[in-house]
Amino acid sequence: MGIGTTTLLLIAVLTPLGFLAYRLGRGKALTAMAAGISMHSRPQQYGWYSVVWMGLPALGVAIAAALLSVFGVIAPARELVLIVSIAVAALGLAHGLRAIRPEVRARNALDRVIRLLLLSAALISIITTISIVLSILFEAMRFFREVSVWEFVTGTVWSPGDTFLEAAGRGDEVGEGTSFFGSVPLFAGTFMVTAIAMATALPIGLLSAIFMSEYATHRQRGFAKPILEILAGIPTVVYGFFAAITVTPIIVDIAAFFGLDASYSNILSPGIVMGIMIIPFISSLSDDVINSIPQTLREGAYALGTTKSETIRQVILPAALPGVISAFLLGVSRALGETMIVVMAAGVRPNLTWNPLEDMTTVTVSIVYSLTGDLAFDSPQTLSAFALGLVLFTVTLLLNLVSTYLVRRFKQRYD
Amino acid sequence: MQRRLTGSAEDPRIKARYRSEKRFKSYTVTALFVAFAIIIAFFTDIISQGYTAFWKTEIKVTLDYNERAARIGQFALAEDLRDIVSRGATRSIPLEIRNNPELAGTTREAWVPTYSRVDQYFKGNEELPPEMAAQVESLKEAGIIRTTFNWAFFTSGDSKLPELAGIFSAMVGSILVLFVTLIVAFPIGVMSAIYLEEFAPDNKLTQIIEVNINNLAAVPSIIFGLLGLAVFINTFGVPRSSALVGGLTLALMTLPIIIISTRAALRAVPDPIRLGAFAMGCSRWQVVRDHVLPLSLPGILTGTIIGLAQAMGETAPLIIVGMIAYIPEAPGSIFESATVLPAQIFTWASEPRKAFVEKTAAGIIVLLAVLLTLNALAVFMRRKFERRW
Repeated sequence: MGIGTTTLLLIAVLTPLGFLAYRLGRGKALTAMAAGISMHSRPQQYGWYSVVWMGLPALGVAIAAALLSVFGVIAPARELVLIVSIAVAALGLAHGLRAIRPEVRARNALDRVIRLLLLSAALISIITTISIVLSILFEAMRFFREVSVWEFVTGTVWSPGDTFLEAAGRGDEVGEGTSFFGSVPLFAGTFMVTAIAMATALPIGLLSAIFMSEYATHRQRGFAKPILEILAGIPTVVYGFFAAITVTPIIVDIAAFFGLDASYSNILSPGIVMGIMIIPFISSLSDDVINSIPQTLREGAYALGTTKSETIRQVILPAALPGVISAFLLGVSRALGETMIVVMAAGVRPNLTWNPLEDMTTVTVSIVYSLTGDLAFDSPQTLSAFALGLVLFTVTLLLNLVSTYLVRRFKQRYD
Repeated sequence: MQRRLTGSAEDPRIKARYRSEKRFKSYTVTALFVAFAIIIAFFTDIISQGYTAFWKTEIKVTLDYNERAARIGQFALAEDLRDIVSRGATRSIPLEIRNNPELAGTTREAWVPTYSRVDQYFKGNEELPPEMAAQVESLKEAGIIRTTFNWAFFTSGDSKLPELAGIFSAMVGSILVLFVTLIVAFPIGVMSAIYLEEFAPDNKLTQIIEVNINNLAAVPSIIFGLLGLAVFINTFGVPRSSALVGGLTLALMTLPIIIISTRAALRAVPDPIRLGAFAMGCSRWQVVRDHVLPLSLPGILTGTIIGLAQAMGETAPLIIVGMIAYIPEAPGSIFESATVLPAQIFTWASEPRKAFVEKTAAGIIVLLAVLLTLNALAVFMRRKFERRW
């Protein structure tokens, strides 16, 4: 019996049982009330009370059994689990019905159960974070058992290719020590593309935000803001296509015009396009921050005779600086983790260079390329993706924490 | 002399300050116009590259179900047309003859798609050898070749032949994935938000959950792909490349978005509503179910639509969980291998053949159209149902 059939069967048995429990529980309460006994709660609540007694323990048994078998502790036969849960459901139903008495506070009990259900839903997001950390950490540890942390952090050669042959059982065709996992070139590429993206996004985003919050009329603002937001809604795969098909050839042509030799997978093009993607993040966050600066600061500056631009540069921007920095950090964190644009438009060759016209590869590109195709979960090449992912996760997490902290400090000051 | 000018409009220093004022304002205006220009260039570029894929070139041929065609479909065509007609048009003829033996020996006239290079030639994207170009031009003049709307782009799946490739199977995959995402993320998200907004005591655990949700919203999407691979595929044994694993992965990604927007919607319901209901003797759950939720439903749905739109455009985590397989037939269930629209765009974008460029751009046009519609729907719902208190 497959796991799907088991689940379906369980639902098929429990649903009518639930209806039955509701009818019986409500019926019992109604009969009691008709006999003139005053019940604590409404009849429907007694109905739901017996549904909970019927369903919750049974589902608990089923879920516990499923978890036990997933984590390989013991694997009870699915038929057995099914029969036991249905028996538990029947027992629960009998108990729930018998427990309905005038003094039983079904309403309060229901509220407690619902609160627990809601809490367990809220805990799923915590479980998500924990499983991200654990799964990545676990696989990364397996990677570092074969590759030294020192080599990973300081090595300047990244060529995992040969381990692929090893995993395919052709390890003897390559000599010892032919695969290198020095991640410096990957991080160099990531920082290069992030720097280009921020150099594009920060001026355009910040200046647009200044225009919208300080110079624009109400109508201009209502028109410009949604248009900029369009950029945030475009999928990254579309930006990737735009970078690879349109922007890269333009850059190669321009470089050729100046007598420079640009690669067709140069890092400049994905950097610029990533910057375009980040413009709305910078502009809308900075716009919020500039708008929340109290009017009194502006009026005080005007009273001293400053012009509008002097007020902006010498009063507004310094006051808004923490918020702008936080927008910048969020933008950086987006750029570091961005995948599709670089996968489609940047190179795959690890290359340590300062020249943005050359091809470089990034952390996210390496993750994608080591996890597509045939996976062998014991090869260092596959596992390296998790080591890179671990670094990526840690760095973006830190950036987000700092950014949230700065915004909170800023809000506290002006609220 | 200098003294009298101080503070007047003639003062050179004041003039300089006004000039700098104008300069600064022009910088900000320029920045905004640069952004607009980029948006316009972007859409023009995509549309101009992609709109031709909505048309296709067809040719009227006589299909001759002769003996040789029963083995190799191409022999059903006149010899001079074999290079012009798509290989896919005659591929199924041997099978047709085997299934209906009475077809053998008959002939039939039909409009069939041309070879992709001929198609590209008429769209002005590619050159043909001179004699072939002359041949197709004369066929065009004779009315044997025509251009029609490319319905096949919407009704057929991926193909190795660009003239036959379509987005149908990717669309079905996207719908299945979004279905799973919605089924998982919507209830969990709304329940978490209700807990945090209406039930949670202000303690350490609540604070941890809140900080955690905000951070989860900013985790790079590719990390969720790693999670899906390690947890759903390796630990729970969900089939790789299936809509189920893709949907679950995207559900975890969409969860924070739904939670954050649902909380905002719940917070917008003023407290007197709750207090009034409590005064009538409602339990906390009754207050939420009968009063707060109905009032905040439009806001919750708006947030959910925006979250789904974001999930629909996501590619990177789905590549990690294997959803870039070649899928010519639409998947029948969430357990079968599937691909989604953005992943299909990615696959086509990595095809070296030129005919796939217009397919890629056309796929992008469809994707953007769907996403814009979803977002417009969200804005419309917010405008229509939003209540100001």
